[in-house]
Amino acid sequence: MTESKTIKNDEMNPNFKYEMSKIPGAERIMLCYQCGTCTADCPISRFSDFYKPRRIARMVQFGLKDRLLSDDHLWLCSTCYACVDHCPQNVEPASIVRALRNMVVKERNKMPLVSRELATSLLKSGYIYAMPESRLKRRVEQGLPPLPKTNVKEIERIFKVTGFTSLLENAKTFEKVAK
Amino acid sequence: MSEMKYLLFMGCTIPYRLSSYEVSARKVLNNLGVKLVEMPEFNCCGLPMDIVNHDLMLTLSARNICIAEREGLNILALCNGCFSTLNETNKILKEDRETREKVEKYLAENNMSYKGTIDVKHLVHVLAEDVGYEKIKGTVKKPLNQVSVAQHSGCHILRPSKYVGRDDPENPTMLKNLIKLTGAQCLNYAGETECCGNPIIGVNEEIPFQLAREKLNNVKAVGAQALITVCPFCHVMFDANQSRIERAFNEKYNMPVLHYTQLLGLAMGFTQEELGISELRVKPTIF
Repeated sequence: MTESKTIKNDEMNPNFKYEMSKIPGAERIMLCYQCGTCTADCPISRFSDFYKPRRIARMVQFGLKDRLLSDDHLWLCSTCYACVDHCPQNVEPASIVRALRNMVVKERNKMPLVSRELATSLLKSGYIYAMPESRLKRRVEQGLPPLPKTNVKEIERIFKVTGFTSLLENAKTFEKVAK
Repeated sequence: MSEMKYLLFMGCTIPYRLSSYEVSARKVLNNLGVKLVEMPEFNCCGLPMDIVNHDLMLTLSARNICIAEREGLNILALCNGCFSTLNETNKILKEDRETREKVEKYLAENNMSYKGTIDVKHLVHVLAEDVGYEKIKGTVKKPLNQVSVAQHSGCHILRPSKYVGRDDPENPTMLKNLIKLTGAQCLNYAGETECCGNPIIGVNEEIPFQLAREKLNNVKAVGAQALITVCPFCHVMFDANQSRIERAFNEKYNMPVLHYTQLLGLAMGFTQEELGISELRVKPTIF
């Protein structure tokens, strides 16, 4: 996505589209006929030179797995789902982007720093932010009921059984993605 | 009519930084006879984890649904993100056997099992569908007839429509109707269904700022005196970040952003103090 360069034969993995089409949400990738409705309706695409859902769909069809997974622009989708609602072929570009992001985490051990921070807090407390004592006290002053506490053991088990505990421990992170 | 009783799903962002939404929501719902039960032992809805691991999101979300099933109550979410995640998971588990089997396996680690017996609703759906416009109208004591506002429903109570399907995603009317009940005028503006941009602010600020700037300018252009939201993320984007957006573009919006429950609360006759209005960054001067 970042730069236009000639696609070489050996970059194209013809099985990638089949691999993708087994992932929930990405099943209909082969039906994309490049009409461009997704990119036209994508609020991010209006401000980014590189994040274009139509291009991502084509790159998946071409099997450019390595190019896709090494491009941080994948993380610019804001999940507004305009592309999902408007695609005439029900391709669900946002779900394809999600599948690709999940793949980056799993196969390249990489995720945004902010995701690692939120996940770490969630694992510790059930909330994605560490709730400061001052806020909890303030709730009492405001007459609000105490904030429910979660069963942290159960969250730990969910992280573990979905394979995310080890992914989180080993993940390399990045902070910013240029538009 | 059956008793209106829900499990309140508060999520993370509201208790962390937007108690004004919680305070005002509790006030107006109580005034409408809606009973809220605190949701025991809940965890983050799962939404922030979807981008890194879809199965983790589904299982975290399903755990919350199982708790609601145990309590035998439908969920009321104040946050668009929480609603969308819990609702989508609930629908996927009801309709997609393969995914359900996988998630059931994960849930079994905690001796939990999904039954598919409850429904997930957003505040807007509860007000528009369960409480009903007539009943709300009856609680308006101080109609805000002099006030003109604009609404921002936010993406996740509209799309993807295959999971939400309660309002018209191209021309949403629920929040507009709810606003009109307060006596305030609800103005149309360009790009009403556009995203606030907040979900990507952790990796890129420029684009969300551009999107929010457009929205604030469009709302201002039609003469709205306030922007009304029903999602903590959208609210943070337009209110807490407004001064930074003003500095980034060297523009001035001075646009108060109220939670819908604050607007309704004012019309019901609650004081600004009771509704946490002073907690807003951009202070409204019109009420």
